[in-house]
Amino acid sequence: MADHRSDLWEREDTPPEGAPAPQPAPPAPPAEAVLLPALKDAVLTGIITGLLLLPLVGFRATESGSGPLTLTYRFGLVSVFAGLVMVLRLVLNLTVWRPGRPPRAKSAALAGVSQRIAPALKPAFFAFALLYPFIAIVFSGSLSLSRYWVDLGIYILTYVMLGWGLNIVVGLAGLLDLGYVAFYAVGAYTFALLSSSVPLNAFFDAHVAEGFWASWSFWVCLPVAGLLAGLWGIILGFPVLRLRGDYLAIVTLAFGEIIRLVLINWVSLTNGGAGISSIPPITFFGVPFNSGDDGFAAIFGLDYNSMHRMIFLYFVILGLAALTALATIRLRSMPVGRAWEALREDEIACRSLGINTTLTKLTAFATGAMFGGFAGAFFAVRVRFVSPESFTFMESAVILAIVVLGGMGSQIGVASAAILLIGGMELLRNLSFLKADFLFGSDFDPSLYRMLIFGFAMVAVMVWRPRGLVANRMPTIFLKERKAVSGALVKEGHG
Amino acid sequence: MAEAASPSPAPKSWDLNPLLKVDHLSMRFGGLVAVGDVSFRAGRGEVTAVIGPNGAGKTTVFNCITGFYKPSTGRLALMQGCPATDAELDALTCGGLASARTAAGTTYLLERLADHKVSSRAKVARTFQNIRLFAGMTVLENLLVAQHMSLTQAGLINPAALLNLPSWRRQQKQAVDHALYWLDKIALTARADDPAGDLPYGDQRRLEIARAMCTRPALLCLDEPAAGLNPRESLELNTLLLAIRAEHETSILLIEHDMSVVMGISDHVVVLEYGRKIADGTPQEVRNDPKVIASYLGVEDEEEVEAVAGVHA
Repeated sequence: MADHRSDLWEREDTPPEGAPAPQPAPPAPPAEAVLLPALKDAVLTGIITGLLLLPLVGFRATESGSGPLTLTYRFGLVSVFAGLVMVLRLVLNLTVWRPGRPPRAKSAALAGVSQRIAPALKPAFFAFALLYPFIAIVFSGSLSLSRYWVDLGIYILTYVMLGWGLNIVVGLAGLLDLGYVAFYAVGAYTFALLSSSVPLNAFFDAHVAEGFWASWSFWVCLPVAGLLAGLWGIILGFPVLRLRGDYLAIVTLAFGEIIRLVLINWVSLTNGGAGISSIPPITFFGVPFNSGDDGFAAIFGLDYNSMHRMIFLYFVILGLAALTALATIRLRSMPVGRAWEALREDEIACRSLGINTTLTKLTAFATGAMFGGFAGAFFAVRVRFVSPESFTFMESAVILAIVVLGGMGSQIGVASAAILLIGGMELLRNLSFLKADFLFGSDFDPSLYRMLIFGFAMVAVMVWRPRGLVANRMPTIFLKERKAVSGALVKEGHG
Repeated sequence: MAEAASPSPAPKSWDLNPLLKVDHLSMRFGGLVAVGDVSFRAGRGEVTAVIGPNGAGKTTVFNCITGFYKPSTGRLALMQGCPATDAELDALTCGGLASARTAAGTTYLLERLADHKVSSRAKVARTFQNIRLFAGMTVLENLLVAQHMSLTQAGLINPAALLNLPSWRRQQKQAVDHALYWLDKIALTARADDPAGDLPYGDQRRLEIARAMCTRPALLCLDEPAAGLNPRESLELNTLLLAIRAEHETSILLIEHDMSVVMGISDHVVVLEYGRKIADGTPQEVRNDPKVIASYLGVEDEEEVEAVAGVHA
């Protein structure tokens, strides 16, 4: 089956790209020559599906009250699934995978349209991000009702920023970092510890102004958190950057876990697994979001609403994410950014050109870590509670998945992937319509299938776009015309 | 080891004014002696060719000179400005420093420099036997990466560059102009915005040389630059290398099998076999050297036999 399948695939995949004129179509093979192999292939697929599903779906152990497990057989269901796969396969074999089928020509009109809207895409993206809270308010009817949507926007933007930060390390410099969440944690704990520190609070009360630390701590700690995370990036970088590829990935993975374990076990500093919960809320540059006379609402003549703080948080993370994007764009067209990309392409050639590869890798690590630290401080001020639970390997994996799915190195790709992954996962929570009687019945719990659907979606995207949503690389400088570099030429880096 | 197979009374130009002095260079990998006690000089402003059968240790010598290997023993002295005397070199060797600056020039002991410093400080640039371009970057970007050192003199993260200030834009413009100069030299200006990986093979070879030249090297090391080129391209390569020698203060050290390149442009030929030097002299001297003929004729590689025979005819 495999051979036959690959044969069919090749026929589908071989049309030379950008062929000048459609070649005279080869004579279509006679109908029975198509039908017979297609039928054979479909039946084989059906049998394999049946065999695979026999143990998975065919047997079901159910608990009957407190008694023993009872085994029920669902062979009918297995045959329904197998039949479905068989029919689908036959239809595909006869249509899309049909041998001798003329390759689908790319619509010239569509290509023209996509070329024309491409430059407008980024401003449109940014404008939408700016207007998003207001759109959410309008569509949900009132300020208070928009809470869910604004919160989702904040959540997504945090991951967009984390993705852009990791993109510097993985996408540009080609260093596989599986422990990025460590820097996120360093940023979050830096802010949490400093802002909830009693001696610091007393010091600023005595020397600057009463209540200074409670209202200004975020704005003071934000740069500190970024710098400390960057410093930790360098500390981690020094010993491990001589490692390459898989080895680097494993050590960074270990580093992420070490930070988490230190946070759990250093109880006297971090309060261990219970976390830190006395983090002051964010202020509008010193003006608190409360219902008092000196609060944000009173000063700006608004009716007090707790959503003001949420919307401000949204714009803070939007600003931080924009800062990350702008810094990356600038860095990419500077010698250091070009050296990162050159390092990803060929490290030995870099050394032959006099580039200090260790220093270059360290700057990539530190810059990426710094933006992770900013995001961490933001996370702490948004949730106002940090605990080691929030910084598990799963977080690193999701951020890395965003970078890989988006297309390594592409900012718009990474942003789209973050929206798709985080937003998509979140939307999958709201599948209660599947509980309708005519679909799956009220016993069905759609949120249990969230991860399954998520996994399917990841596989699907990787099959259709193996190099991520945006596979092309945009050159940083050009003489006459900025031409995208095909993803096939761009390397992924090896350490 | 004999200093030259056919010694001639007149002192050679490369002995009088050497840029690079290789003394007693040995490189062992475990029990294997890849290079054993090789000494030669590369003259300033000259083209020096290192030839020899496959596996003779030519690329190992190159990797030692360019800092990719640390030699087991031996001294590699590169003298910018004025050549240092042997006594000065010995003093530097015993002193433990990697470089010494005098009024006349700076001397570097390459075996003591970190690999990237061989290029950034001692100004030794190289190309590779299997081309190592940044395939996913454009031709222009490749040439700008090569100017990394001159563009980062104000620091790796230069605030003027981060804010895109006019001073930075001027500096970048100069770098682009330098790149364009070399693009013009290798006749690739029209393809400046194409990815380097899309270029035909011969263009990639020339681009790699241009990229190395963008570092403004004192010594350019070329590892088989004519490999895989057709006769016309190999002729163009000769022209390019002669132009580099004539118009720039760059000396050339090259490994080559293509005898038309070696005999056509080199001033000085060093012949290696089994990691040892068997001949050293002008192309004329080397081609008549019985040891060289024996070593090449003893090799089964027909191309090389023909090449030497062709040169003889």
